Amino acid sequence: MSTWEKIKRSQIYRSVFRHGYKDTKPNRMHQIVSNVFLHLHPTSVWRHATDIRFTWGMGGITFLLFIVLTVTGVILMFYYRPTAEYAYADIKYLEHDVPFGMFLRNMHRWAAHLMVITVWLHMLRVFLTGSYKPPREFNWVVGVMLLVLTLLLSFTGYLLPWDQLAMWAITVGTNMARATPFLGHEGPFGTELGMKADNDIRFLLLGGTQVGPPALLRFYVLHCIALPLLAVAFMIVHFWRVRKDGGISRPPEHE
Amino acid sequence: MEQFFHILTRPDNIPIAGMLLLVLFYYWLGISQAVKNDKYGVNRNIDKVHCWPYLTRIEFLATLLIMVILTVWSITIDAPLEELANPSKTPNPAKAPWYFLGLQEMLVYFDPWIAGVVLPTFIIIGLMAIPYLDLNPKGTGYYSFRQRRAAILIFSFGYLLWVALIIIGTFFRGPGWYFFYPWEEWDVHRIVAITNVDLPYLFGIRSYFWSSVFGGGVVLGYYSLGVFFYLYLKKKHAELMKNLGLLRYVIIAFLFLTMTALPMKMFLRIFFNIKYVWVTPWFNI
Repeated sequence: MSTWEKIKRSQIYRSVFRHGYKDTKPNRMHQIVSNVFLHLHPTSVWRHATDIRFTWGMGGITFLLFIVLTVTGVILMFYYRPTAEYAYADIKYLEHDVPFGMFLRNMHRWAAHLMVITVWLHMLRVFLTGSYKPPREFNWVVGVMLLVLTLLLSFTGYLLPWDQLAMWAITVGTNMARATPFLGHEGPFGTELGMKADNDIRFLLLGGTQVGPPALLRFYVLHCIALPLLAVAFMIVHFWRVRKDGGISRPPEHE
Repeated sequence: MEQFFHILTRPDNIPIAGMLLLVLFYYWLGISQAVKNDKYGVNRNIDKVHCWPYLTRIEFLATLLIMVILTVWSITIDAPLEELANPSKTPNPAKAPWYFLGLQEMLVYFDPWIAGVVLPTFIIIGLMAIPYLDLNPKGTGYYSFRQRRAAILIFSFGYLLWVALIIIGTFFRGPGWYFFYPWEEWDVHRIVAITNVDLPYLFGIRSYFWSSVFGGGVVLGYYSLGVFFYLYLKKKHAELMKNLGLLRYVIIAFLFLTMTALPMKMFLRIFFNIKYVWVTPWFNI
């Protein structure tokens, strides 16, 4: 008996791997069902779900990018302090002194840009194949929520390097909140309702009257904790409903 | 052109150029399949295959491909980092993140409360409402154009308008948010005489009160196009309108007219220098 054979028969090996890779029908199902991650899939799918020209794979790629962003983001958190004193210096430190720090930051930024694009393309595919139609209406709504969350995640992350690009992009973006009808001090009926620069909705968002240290902390917490948790919650519903609605949409047998 | 290439190849702008190419490619991919399905019909007898290996291998290859692209991209191009944030030094132009440049571009044509708050809210609500407004049961689960012409045309109009606004906002808006052609240098000292007037003024109305009334009438008249179209449709396609119902029609017509108001306002601004259509003491449209 070869060593490899001995290892495979050991109690330890068998406790971890419950079946071989032999290409048999039961094994093909086991690969999916006995794996907690692949278990997201059913054991078999409609043939057109494996046609890349039909699906474009954009939903899956978006999910992959979310995972990439989570991993790189968690590592970046080791090197970053969300205060006006340290934030910029920490990015400089990351770029010049941390091994692979620049690479890490690049991957986080480019994956974030790419994710916005893949979400849009996913929405386009779902629309062009009419996949939002009954019974999948609500999953489309969840998808729009995820689109908004993706944009908000990207927007809150944009401030964190605390450089000129970050500060002024967020200033331009959040200045619009001043003009919110009723709730902003420059919006229609805002002053009539007692809105001022230091009590309107923009103040709530920034924790101040301009993009300053409190805004940095708020955006950091939103970016690293609140929004990812929300996105995960919506993703769980999104994937679950894809399964419950019978996998990706397919042409009805009669029309 | 040097300026244009400089803007085009800025690290943060490369994804935008990529997005344009990707959107065009995927539109072609989707529509070409739609044309084929419309012509030859669609296969309705789809069988099942095992997820392992037929789906998982595609996922694996896609993962590899994306990781290779991301790795090469991250090695070759560095994320930008400008000087330390300084609230007393405003850059010109100051631009929002690229995916919000559509909103910033709309600020040229509408006041911030419309461009930055009301229209984005309508976009999100409108997108969410699509499945409840589109009652056409045909064209589910396959690419098709003939089955759902109106839906695809209206959606594509908004989708491509959004992409176009981002492209304009990124590549053609320079200092002072002035429009610069690709062959022009971005001149920070450029001065453009603002000759904008309000629509009532153009019609010779000088009184503040009557300007308000006139502008309100124009806006009301614009949205009442939806009422006339309703009467027309009710006469021509009675069955369709009965299924759709009044509430759905009102929402569709309102959202559609609001969406088309953007290019119309752009047209009025660019060719007639119209600033506002409707001026009131509380808000301007």
